[in-house]
Amino acid sequence: MVEIEIDGKTLQVEDGSTVIEAAHKLGTYIPHFCYHKKLSIAANCRMCLVQVEKAPKPMPACATIVTNGMKVFTHSDLAVKAQKAVMEFLLINHPLDCPICDQGGECQLQDLAVGYGESASKYEEEKRVVPDKDLGPLVSTDMTRCINCTRCIRFTAEIAGFMELGQSYRGERAEVMPFIGKTVDTELSGNIIDLCPVGALTSKPFRFAARTWELSRRKSVSPHDALGSNLIVQTKHDKVLRVLPLENDEINECWLSDKERFSYQGLSSSDRLTKPMVKQGGEWKEVDWNVALDYAAHALRDVAKTHGGAAIGGLLSPHSTVEELYLAQKLLRGLGSENVDFRLRQSDFSADGKRAGIPSLGMKIADISGLDRVLVVGSFLRKDHPLIAQRLRQSAKKGAQVSILHSANDDLLINLTARAIAAPSQLPALLAQVVKAVCALKGASADAALSALAVSAEAQAIAQSLASGSNTGVLLGNFAQQHPQAATLQALAGQLAKALGGKFGFLGEAANSVGGYAAKAVPGAGGLNAAAMIKDPRQAYVVLGAEPELDCADGAQALAALQKSAVTVVLTPFKSQAMLDYAAVLLPVAPFAETSGTFVNTEGRVQSFYAAAKSLGDARPAWKVLRVLGNLLALNGFEFNSSEDVRSEALGSQTEFVSGLDNGLSLGALNLSASAAGIERVTDVPIHFADALVRRAPALQRAADSAAPTARMNAAMLSRLGLAAGDLVKVGAGGTANASLVAQLDAGLPDGVVRVAAAHAATVALGPMSAVLSVEKA
Amino acid sequence: MALIDTINPLLTTGWAKGDAGWSLKDYEARGGYKQLRRVLESKMSQDDLIAEVKKSVLRGRGGAGFPTGLKWSFMPKAAPVKYVVCNTDEGEPGTFKDRDLMRFDPHSVIEGMIIAGYAVGAKAGYNYIHGEIFETYERFEEALDQARAAGYLGDNILGSGFSFDLFAHHGWGAYICGEETGLLESIEGKKGQPRFKPPFPANFGLYGKPTTINNTETFAAIPFILGMGGEAYLNLGKPNNGGTKLFSVSGHVNRPGNFEVPMGTPFSKLLEMAGGMRGGRKLKAVIPGGSSAPVLPGDVIMDCTMDYDSIAKAGSMLGSGAVIVMDETVCMVKALERLSYFYYEESCGQCTPCREGSGWLYRVVHRIEHGEGRPEDLDLLNRVTDNMMGKTICALADAAAFPVRSFIKHFQSEFEYHIENKKCLVDPEVQRMGSGFFKAGAA
Repeated sequence: MVEIEIDGKTLQVEDGSTVIEAAHKLGTYIPHFCYHKKLSIAANCRMCLVQVEKAPKPMPACATIVTNGMKVFTHSDLAVKAQKAVMEFLLINHPLDCPICDQGGECQLQDLAVGYGESASKYEEEKRVVPDKDLGPLVSTDMTRCINCTRCIRFTAEIAGFMELGQSYRGERAEVMPFIGKTVDTELSGNIIDLCPVGALTSKPFRFAARTWELSRRKSVSPHDALGSNLIVQTKHDKVLRVLPLENDEINECWLSDKERFSYQGLSSSDRLTKPMVKQGGEWKEVDWNVALDYAAHALRDVAKTHGGAAIGGLLSPHSTVEELYLAQKLLRGLGSENVDFRLRQSDFSADGKRAGIPSLGMKIADISGLDRVLVVGSFLRKDHPLIAQRLRQSAKKGAQVSILHSANDDLLINLTARAIAAPSQLPALLAQVVKAVCALKGASADAALSALAVSAEAQAIAQSLASGSNTGVLLGNFAQQHPQAATLQALAGQLAKALGGKFGFLGEAANSVGGYAAKAVPGAGGLNAAAMIKDPRQAYVVLGAEPELDCADGAQALAALQKSAVTVVLTPFKSQAMLDYAAVLLPVAPFAETSGTFVNTEGRVQSFYAAAKSLGDARPAWKVLRVLGNLLALNGFEFNSSEDVRSEALGSQTEFVSGLDNGLSLGALNLSASAAGIERVTDVPIHFADALVRRAPALQRAADSAAPTARMNAAMLSRLGLAAGDLVKVGAGGTANASLVAQLDAGLPDGVVRVAAAHAATVALGPMSAVLSVEKA
Repeated sequence: MALIDTINPLLTTGWAKGDAGWSLKDYEARGGYKQLRRVLESKMSQDDLIAEVKKSVLRGRGGAGFPTGLKWSFMPKAAPVKYVVCNTDEGEPGTFKDRDLMRFDPHSVIEGMIIAGYAVGAKAGYNYIHGEIFETYERFEEALDQARAAGYLGDNILGSGFSFDLFAHHGWGAYICGEETGLLESIEGKKGQPRFKPPFPANFGLYGKPTTINNTETFAAIPFILGMGGEAYLNLGKPNNGGTKLFSVSGHVNRPGNFEVPMGTPFSKLLEMAGGMRGGRKLKAVIPGGSSAPVLPGDVIMDCTMDYDSIAKAGSMLGSGAVIVMDETVCMVKALERLSYFYYEESCGQCTPCREGSGWLYRVVHRIEHGEGRPEDLDLLNRVTDNMMGKTICALADAAAFPVRSFIKHFQSEFEYHIENKKCLVDPEVQRMGSGFFKAGAA
């Protein structure tokens, strides 16, 4: 610790702190543009110049390291003169087009110009004009406004992991630009809008839609992956116009993924269901709520009466709120059905009944940053969990060793220590090898089932990295959770963590991947899980917020089951052609931002939020719809006055974290045998296809991450099949199920697999996410 | 054409045969690589070596004049990887000494760098050569090949156990790459932009490793210093200004060129060596140390001696030793316009005051020169320079400001005349006469 004095106030700060950090500790504001606490120091804007005793020149507070006894003056004549000088320079070539600039009203330059600028400029020469750049569908540019602070450049290089922006040319002609002919394609690109201290980079979807001071603001929580990013949802006339990050260092820090930032556009999709609809005589009719609810209640009661409650199945989206999930399961159980599940993309349910508690991350999100050795198992990490990938990227830079065990080798933009890539069927054995090698290194006894295993060099490398750490974590990604031997992978991860004395857990796929368990939206004794209730079709289904053909592990089978059902009641914010085909009643419910509710994120944190806008049309919050349905069915325990009441019943008084989290599993003997014969499917759920809302967000759908699915194979596979990248191929899953896709080279894939994305209309027909496929030239 | 004239030739001893005397055998014939051999064979301690350089009071010849021995002593002893870098990015307008040094005697630079590498414990060095003197770069590569073949570079030099290799790296002509940390960035393959200091290169230099960066002429002086001893070298010049120095004299003199003179030589002597004022015209002004150095009126410089302290006392800088001589045919506004354009063009664009200020200065001076000046412009120029100086990462903003301030300070009436009368005080006909010099054969 060193003691310094700032403007006469003394304080102790840590060695190596900068003057600006020390000043912030004191609550003293030093004007700045290029400085950002999460980025490297550039010291180029010069706005933070302050006076330091004994220094002949003003010093940049952002780059000046404190020394013991240092005296800093942030408001002395020397400092203020320097700051005003810099402000004048910043403004001479700045267009001063604030009245037509989207940044106006929330602009750092504008704000500081009030304090440090003159009322009129002394610059009477010609002003600079800089050509705008095409950064893609999300970020709009007005480069003439750029003050060359390079925050955006440093963001892409340091936080997003790949330098997609740079500064070309010199001096006054310096320009920030992407690579020639390229756009900014990182899944975190929207953050450069927040970072830009002027209006050079603004939101393309939000452009010219409103002035910042016209917007109402509400805190909210992201409805996508299970990170539970904190949001500020901004609305005007009850329409969500913009979503910004709400800083929370424990969760999303000050970042958002593009999906979280721009998915709100889906709220205004033309697919929005705004009136209840019922199908009568094969014709869809818009009806009043009471008609639709009566119809739904009667239909469900009739099925329950005639065929028994077990004839009804409930497919609930894991992106639903705790309140919705809780009431839905209560409704189904009230009807006598235990067939309720929210784990729609899961295919292995053998852990059910053998878990010690609710599966979760097994640590705090912030703890991930403190791990010194990490193994990620089965995850398209960068796209499935962009901000967790970002945390690991920063850890790796600081010396943490990150390794991956997976069926694809996408560039995570993380400096990986080791990687083991194998076909899906080989993953359990591969992870078992790591367990065996770690046990050997740690002198622990390994599971008997591992005795015959030979440890590969890749597994050994991972084991050596893990065993050399003191704070290890094993993270099971979406792919591991969707794997047909998910329970085995979980058991092995548990053994690995135990041998290492480390932590392990799941990177939750959806906003309520943990909350769904807490809300009891899982089958009870004798009930059918999500896969079973579509494999063995029910007479009736209640679908909440999901599009089963896109959201289930086997979309084709789900679609077939729903089409066969007598009654399907769908509570949904959106309508689709598929729904119009299979449903009997469509009840318009409020999506994210139009309802209050709660998400329990992957670490088990309970995060409630209010509606930010009124529901569109006649749509109503789903918890209210379910409550009324419960009332109409004369079920007990549906007397709720608010979503808070529902939450209290669902989660009890657990305010910050849910209780009962435990990743323990008593699976019994491990089965590591690989059964696949033929070309195995490696299935990813692309970031912008993952849920109903993002699928309808137009700007995101134009982004690079929204490319249509292809059939990706490594070079050996392509040549063995006589294919060249770009060929049209017929991918088949037996019978008549097939899809025509373009073959694409993906050098990172193991041999013997074809990678075909799910959650897209083009690949629904292929059925299960894990399957053996045929591939031939079309 | 090589050297024209010297007093006490040292660095320029090898220049006599012009392009015919640069190669290894010529260098060895005049005693080259003897000092390296002596250092290695006697296993001279690093401390003794640095002490000898300190004794010579050799000051950096690139412009800043920092004592070389002291700079070397900043290198951390224990660091496993260190570098020596030579700055031949000679971009300062008016300076052309390193170009000739590299052309006529490249091995003196190589020998100096190897000895420096030995002194600071570096195993590799880079010579960053200005991209616009490509022939020099090619010659240096050839000289490196010769030195390698002769065993002066590479593993186990002369059987001493000391290994050192040296690489040439050419830039593309950006002035800012002559700033030592901008140069390091450029070698690393990045955009040439100076780094914020501290940390200084001695702690965090090339590829983040401790690095010593010296000017070409500085390195070239090392073998001579070791040959004659630090004290003898110091005594060539004057106290605190050791040795001899190359001066690049350009402008309105009869014999422009490079001249090696002892530190402390009167300016009048240097002018005389350069053949005196062309056409016998009156000396108006001199920029004594390259375009970034403040201009001095003729009568002021005539009283100066050519060394760091004397020129500093007169209010300018010895800089790189580029002496730009201007006679009475020069319009000082036009001269400043040229200089300001240079800094406007060469600012790297990183720091706000320099990026924006250098363009502002140029535009205002340009306006004045073109008859569109306003009475308040001189105050404005002074205020803008005030706001630029000392507020940026490197000294380029200061370099852009110094000419403006000094030109206005010493020749204010000429600027005022320009603004008021919308034309030059110096008759355009007279100006044309002055620039006639640049036509071949004219004298």
